[in-house]
Amino acid sequence: MVDINTEGQLDTVQMMVNMGPQHPSTHGVFRMVLWVDGERIVDLEPHIGYLHRGSEKLCEGELYAQIVTLFDRLDYISNLNNEMVFCRAVEKLMGLEVPERAEYIRVILCELNRVASHLLFSGTFGIDAGAMTPIMYAFRDREKIQTMFEAVTGARMMHNYIRIGGVKGDVPDDFSQRMGALLKELRQGIDETDRLLSFSEIFLARTKGVGVINAETAIAYGMSGPSLRACGVPMDVRKDEPYSVYDRFDFGIPIGEKGDSWDRYYVRVMEMRQSMLIIEQALEQMPDGPTITPSRLVLRPPQGEVYVRGENPRGEIGVYLVSNGADKPYRVKVRPPSFCNLMAIKELLKGTYIADAVVILGSLDIVLGEVDR
Amino acid sequence: MAERHRREEVPQASSALDDKGRALELLLPGVLAEFEPEIVSTVNLVAATVKPHDISAVCRVAKEDPKLSFDYLMCLCVVDYVEHLQVVYHLYSTTLNHMMVLKANVSPDEPSLPSVTPLWVGADWYERESHDLFGVSFEGHPNMAPLLLYEGFEGYPGRRDFEMPEYREW
Amino acid sequence: MSALETLLLVSVILGVLTGLSVVVLSLTWLERKFLGRMQMRMGPTRSGPYGLLQPVADAIKLMAKEDLLSSWVDRVVYWVAPLAVFIPTFMIWVTIPIAKDLVIQNMEMGLFYIIAFSVLSIVGLVTAGWASSNKYAVIGGFRAAAQLISYEIPLILAVLGVVMLAQSMNLQKVVDQQDTVVYALIQPLGLVIFFIAGLAELGRTPFDIHPAESEVVGGPFVEYSGAHWSVFFLAEYINTFAIASLTVLLFLGGWLFPGVSDDVSALGVLVFLVKTYMVILVIFWVRGTYPRLRIDQLMSLGWKVLVPLAFVNVIITAVYKFYEWPAWSLTIMSVAILVAVVWELSRRMRTAPTPEYTVKLYVPVSEVSNAG
Repeated sequence: MVDINTEGQLDTVQMMVNMGPQHPSTHGVFRMVLWVDGERIVDLEPHIGYLHRGSEKLCEGELYAQIVTLFDRLDYISNLNNEMVFCRAVEKLMGLEVPERAEYIRVILCELNRVASHLLFSGTFGIDAGAMTPIMYAFRDREKIQTMFEAVTGARMMHNYIRIGGVKGDVPDDFSQRMGALLKELRQGIDETDRLLSFSEIFLARTKGVGVINAETAIAYGMSGPSLRACGVPMDVRKDEPYSVYDRFDFGIPIGEKGDSWDRYYVRVMEMRQSMLIIEQALEQMPDGPTITPSRLVLRPPQGEVYVRGENPRGEIGVYLVSNGADKPYRVKVRPPSFCNLMAIKELLKGTYIADAVVILGSLDIVLGEVDR
Repeated sequence: MAERHRREEVPQASSALDDKGRALELLLPGVLAEFEPEIVSTVNLVAATVKPHDISAVCRVAKEDPKLSFDYLMCLCVVDYVEHLQVVYHLYSTTLNHMMVLKANVSPDEPSLPSVTPLWVGADWYERESHDLFGVSFEGHPNMAPLLLYEGFEGYPGRRDFEMPEYREW
Repeated sequence: MSALETLLLVSVILGVLTGLSVVVLSLTWLERKFLGRMQMRMGPTRSGPYGLLQPVADAIKLMAKEDLLSSWVDRVVYWVAPLAVFIPTFMIWVTIPIAKDLVIQNMEMGLFYIIAFSVLSIVGLVTAGWASSNKYAVIGGFRAAAQLISYEIPLILAVLGVVMLAQSMNLQKVVDQQDTVVYALIQPLGLVIFFIAGLAELGRTPFDIHPAESEVVGGPFVEYSGAHWSVFFLAEYINTFAIASLTVLLFLGGWLFPGVSDDVSALGVLVFLVKTYMVILVIFWVRGTYPRLRIDQLMSLGWKVLVPLAFVNVIITAVYKFYEWPAWSLTIMSVAILVAVVWELSRRMRTAPTPEYTVKLYVPVSEVSNAG
């Protein structure tokens, strides 16, 4: 970039600043090359691919049961949601029925995962804006959720619990009581973080009106999830195309108005509360029964292709599965929500300040594991 | 055991279209008649295969026709069937809440398609990724730089004939 | 100057340095413990009982760290910058009294001297940013320059308000005048302005945009490591202690406490230290609670809100002094202005009286609640 002459004032030069792969606030290995004029960003170029592991190609060499572990590691914060969408894809292809108890357990764990993911988001978003206390509260609550996950699935992250045909094993005997107690503590924790951060004047000044995107542009980019709902578009896979047992629950979806960073943040806070409502209803309705439909270890689904959508905490994840009848899939394509949300970054950041860049990137809530796969 | 399986016929997945899918299946041959599509139903979606050079026009019809109004590009990917590469577009309509699949087959030697970025800005990175991993070039794309791979990477890792590098044990 | 006087001077300087270092060590421990408790965690517990030796461990670590110097820094400026930041902060302490008659050199123009010297450290920050030859450091340096220069004005005007009340720039006289009523009660507006401007001068949250760790990763200090950085660190904490002591001296009555005779130096020092540490705890409390302001919001807060408020403060103090109204009239005027400003600001930030909800819950009309 060369000198720009602003109406006969001082000759200024645009500076190229590299918000490099290593940066405390880019939420992973993400590189943005910014051209700044003082504090204002004039142009930017995002570079991804630092975490590309070739997951889709790896899937072609693994049995279907093994691919669930690969999907765990795509969006490494919402593991159970990823597993669920893949297992649903295979089940749809095979026409496999999942027992009701398994469906309810899946829904409960996926919604709990959604709460955990949004807690992590609200903590790290606070740090991006400069508040160092909400992240401690958020992670305290996340620890409680991960202890519950460990009790049910055996692992704090990377659970490998939702299998093709159901879930791996049954929940512990005192699951309902423990979940009831956990939900009560979570409600208090979320209210605490909410009171501290959401309506703090400085936080509002940092996030209101920052990074506004309107609904048409968001749809053109293919954004989804809370980032799209904050623009006012009521798109939610759980309501548009209810899968699993989501049509049996009574819950609302938070919709924003302005499409700015605060809306994106608060939509997620309200979503946490709705998720807890879903979990409560599921706990009441959960029937007894088997937890998995037995199937062969070496599955050979029929030949065909299927595209299945699921609602991840970050947006809409899609799995396009092509099978030619063999024991390994022919092609697995993952449509990651953060990939599409991140595409809008160029438009969102032009003309804002460097300090805003960090806040806007944080409000999109991306996970580089699924952007790069 | 493997031989016996190969001699058996490979079962096909049964179609499970819902109401919207069936309505689309009836609608599409009429709307896209000039492009002579091949309408097939995959397990839960309707798929229309068109010729590669028609893709831009077909997508425009899909987006602007009020009965279709596919304003949301879900996914754009490439599948390598060894004799040809198949570019797959998954389209969704936010207003009418239905989904369809568009496919185009290109030859693996000179895979080239018109880009759909003028219609959906969100196709940008998908096309760059397909170019990186499969070598499909999209005419009219604003900036075809490598997205997921580093510059200077040789070969197209997504293709089935890509040899996975052997890693040496230290 | 005779050899004895030189020796006395040197020992006094060393004594002040030692005292300040001990204070800084205690402040680092206090900050980590206090912030930790606010964030539902313990703070340092391993090194020493209750983590009391943690600052010692930090100091040893900083001294032992390798002092990395990139090859393209401007050597001379790089070495001078930390000194340019540290020396003014140290020089202020020449004239700050910590008890009656316990001061190195009491000056008649004490407050003037303090303010003049505290401005000098800004040069150090900007040169540190420039010399590091790193774009993030330069951005941080510019932000520091803009922020610190603009918040000097409300600081000086708040001090001016106190000087008008006490009719003297001599710090001991200022404290002595507060033996009946502390100035915080008479001039609460001045206290608020001084505290906020002081926080901005220190570069502490919510005004820590220049070493903002989540954006420019340390701002002007990003290329400094080990012993070099410890000089900046020391300077920041000494400054914190200085601003807190000035708040106590100017507004909270210094070493005076009802019922405690101020002739006994040790008791005076104790009262002074207790009050200063209370103010410092408030500074840490603010750090743990608020996010940080963006640079343009910070500047508009400084120029559009604090500077006019500071001028208004001076005017109402002048009016009070001129007409010789009773002291509580000034209190009422100050409080009225504070409430009006806070109300107007909150209204502009749309948080009072109720937050503006732009996110609502939406339940689709076509939802069918299946009874399972």
